[in-house]
Amino acid sequence: MWTIAGEGIHPIHEKRLTSSVTVGDLRLPGKVVIPLSQHIGAPSEPLVRIGDSVRKYQKIGEAKGFISASVHASISGKVIAIGKFPHPSGNQSHSIVIESDGKDEPMEGLTEHPDYLSLDPKELKDIIVNAGIVGMGGATFPTHVKLNPPKEKKIDTVLLNGAECEPYLTADDRLMVEMPREVVEGMKILMHIMGVKEGHIGIEDDKPGAIEAMRKAASGTGIHISVLEKKYPQGAEKQLIKSILGREVPSGGLPMDIGVVAQNVGTAAAVYNAVRYGIPLIERIVTVTGQGIQRPGNFRVRIGTLLEHVITECGGLVGEPGKILFGGPMMGIAQYTLYVPVLKGTSGILVIPKEDVLLEDFTACIRCGRCVQACPIRLLPNMYSVLAEAGKPKDAEKYYVLDCIECGCCTYVCPSRRPIVHQIRYIKAEMRKAKNKVA
Amino acid sequence: MTEQTVAEKEEKKGRLEEPTPKLILTSSPHVLGEYSIERIMWSVVLALMPGALAGLYFFGWSALQVIVVCIASALGAEALFQKISGQRMTIRDGSAAVTGLLLALTLPPGSPWWLSVIGGFFAIMICKQLYGGLGYNPFNPAIMARVFLLIAFPLQMTRWPVPHPIFSGIDAKTGATPLGDLQVARLTGKGIGKAVELNLWDAFIGNIGGSIGEVSALALLIGAAYLIYKQYITWHIPLSMIGTVMVFSGIFWMMNPDKYANPLFHLLTGGLIIGAFFMATDMVTCPVTLKGQLIFGFGCGLITVIIRMWGGYPEGVSFAIVLMNIATPLIDMYTRPVRYGAKRVEGAS
Repeated sequence: MWTIAGEGIHPIHEKRLTSSVTVGDLRLPGKVVIPLSQHIGAPSEPLVRIGDSVRKYQKIGEAKGFISASVHASISGKVIAIGKFPHPSGNQSHSIVIESDGKDEPMEGLTEHPDYLSLDPKELKDIIVNAGIVGMGGATFPTHVKLNPPKEKKIDTVLLNGAECEPYLTADDRLMVEMPREVVEGMKILMHIMGVKEGHIGIEDDKPGAIEAMRKAASGTGIHISVLEKKYPQGAEKQLIKSILGREVPSGGLPMDIGVVAQNVGTAAAVYNAVRYGIPLIERIVTVTGQGIQRPGNFRVRIGTLLEHVITECGGLVGEPGKILFGGPMMGIAQYTLYVPVLKGTSGILVIPKEDVLLEDFTACIRCGRCVQACPIRLLPNMYSVLAEAGKPKDAEKYYVLDCIECGCCTYVCPSRRPIVHQIRYIKAEMRKAKNKVA
Repeated sequence: MTEQTVAEKEEKKGRLEEPTPKLILTSSPHVLGEYSIERIMWSVVLALMPGALAGLYFFGWSALQVIVVCIASALGAEALFQKISGQRMTIRDGSAAVTGLLLALTLPPGSPWWLSVIGGFFAIMICKQLYGGLGYNPFNPAIMARVFLLIAFPLQMTRWPVPHPIFSGIDAKTGATPLGDLQVARLTGKGIGKAVELNLWDAFIGNIGGSIGEVSALALLIGAAYLIYKQYITWHIPLSMIGTVMVFSGIFWMMNPDKYANPLFHLLTGGLIIGAFFMATDMVTCPVTLKGQLIFGFGCGLITVIIRMWGGYPEGVSFAIVLMNIATPLIDMYTRPVRYGAKRVEGAS
C-alpha cells in the first residue's frame, strides 16, 4: 500500500452520510449564474448578449489566451443579465445569467467519436479545449494546459487522482463506483494524448467499492489501480505523486517537471464525455452533505446552479446553519450568501450547523511541534504563525512559505487553536503586495 | 431596457436577498482536532499521579505538605501575576498545576513549607510570566526553580528522610541518597564498592532515599507509558537521554567498575526517569523536530552523566536539562526538516 510516510493527519471521516447514496438528479433550476472565471487563468469572454436565446451545451464564453477555459450554457433559455455576481471565492465575478425556458433543449450537431482512440492527439486536445474542461478536484487548472507541456519536458506517466481525502466528500467515490468505465476510457484518452504507457489511478483504502469497480473496469488495460492509505492530504497532487511514484515535484515547479501529468478522476470522465459524445463540461457530481442539511446525497448538478436551489432540493436546512462550505471541511471556502453558483471545481457543499461551529480565541504557541510533524511539505508552520502574529510577514520568506499548499493539517492539530493557515494566507498576501509595489 | 439596467437589477436582487441566513465566515480548515492545551496539561498531571502517590506512600505527610504547598503557590503566583498585570486568567489551562506538581516531586520530602512557596513563586513569576507566559519561557519553570533552590538553599535541599512507608510506623530519620553516597565515595577517593550496593527491587519500586517523585521508577514509567500511548509526548527525548546515560556510564563501568557505578544504578537512582519523561519533554522548551529532540536528549544524557561522574553535585539531571534548554533554538535552527521538493531531481529542467 502506498502512503505519505510520516507526515499528514487522520482527521474526522464523516463520509458515511453520503458514501452509499447513488448519484441523483436535481430538478432543473429556474436560472443559472455562470461565472466567466471558474478556473485558474484569464476569465473567458462572453459570446452572447442579453436577450439572446441559448441552448444547453452552447458555448457562451470563449477562452481568452492559453491559460483560460471556455464556459457553456448548462440549461436552455434566455440570457437575462451579464454582470458581476457573487462568486464562491468570496469575490464578485463577471457572470452570464440564463433564465430557463423549462425545455432543457440541447444544441444540435454535437460531434461524436465512437473510435476516439484513433484520433490524433492534436484533435483530442482541441476537443478538450472546446469543451471547457478544467481540473475538477478543486484547483480548476485548465486541463489542456497540463496536456501541452513544453517540448523539453518528457512525460512518462499519467496519474488519476481518486484519493478524495477530504472528510465528508464522496463525489469521486460515487463516480468511480457508478461510472468506472467513463473514468478508465478518459484515462486511456489522456494516456493516448501524452503518448505514455504508464498510468496509475490512486484511490484511498476507505473506498473498497470504488477500488473493486475500477479494478474491474481497468483490467486488461495496463492501467494500475494504486491503493493508498487513508490519510490526509493523500489526495494533494504533490503527495499523490510522492506516494505512488516516489518522486517529489521540485519546489516551485510543476508535476510536468518530473514527467508526470496528474488529473482528477472527474476530469477524466469529463474528457471521455467530451471526446466520445461531444458534450462540454456543463454538469458535475456534487456531494451535498453535513449535519445541517435535511437530505444529504450525491447529485449531478448543472454548472451555475445557485446554492439556494441545491439546498431547497435537498429538503432544506436543519436548524440554524453555522457555516456553508464549498468543498470539504479542510480546504473548503465558507460562503456568505446562498446566491453563489456551483462551479466546475465544486466537489462538495457542506452545511455545518451553528452549534457545531467552535469560535475560540487562540493562545500562544507552545512550540509542541505537532504542526511541524503534520506538515506534508515538511515546513515550519509554527514559524509562520508566530511571525504573522508579530507583524513580520517578510521574515517568513526564508522559511519557504510559498511552498505551503494550505492543506490545513497544521491548524487541525494545533492545541493552541492558532489559525495558522489563515496567518499563512495573510503572509502570502503581504508578499504579493510588496512584490506588486516593486514591479 | 439596456444591458446595464437589467444587470444592475439582477445584481441588486442578489444583494437584497442576502444575507439569509447569517453565515459564519472563517478561513479553512473548518474542523479542528481534539488536542488542546488543557487536555495536554491535565493529562500530564494525571500521568504524574502514580509517581506522586508512590511518594506519598513512602514519605507520608512530609511529602503531602510539599505537594500541596507547591501546587497552591504555583497557582497562586499565576493568578496574582495575571490579576496585577490585567491579563487573561489562565490557571485553568493546567500548566501552572503541572509546574507546581513537578517542582514538588523534585524536592526532598519534609522540606520546609517556605521552600515550596519560594520555589512555586520563582517558577511562575520569574521563569514563566516575566518571559510572557506559557509558550515564551526558554526554560522549564519547575526545573529552573529547583536549580535556584538548590543553589540558594543547599542545606534544606539536601536533607533526605529515609523512606518510612505510611503503614510501617517507623519514624522519619534522615539519611543519604544513593547518588549522595556515590559522590562522597567518589570525592573521598575510596572505592565506590559499598556505595553502589543497591537493592535493585527497592530502587525500582521506590524504597530509597530521594526527592518525592523521583524514587519510584515503576510509578513514573506507568505515567510515562500513558503519555506516550496518548501521544502527548514522543519516545525520542526519553529514549535518547536515558540511552546516552546508560551507554556512557556502561562504558566507564566496564573500564573500571571500582571507580564508576553501573548503568542500572544510574538509571534507577536520582531523577533520570522523571527528568527524561516529564521534564526534558516539556514541549515549550525542547526542539520542535523529532531529529532535534534526539539531539536534545543526547545532550541531556551526556551532561547528566558528566556531572554525576566528575561534577561537584551528586545529581545532574536538572542542570543538564536547563543547559540543553539554552541550546534549543540552536538545535531547531540546524534540524530544520528538508522541505518537499527541495532536492533537485535529476533530469529536471
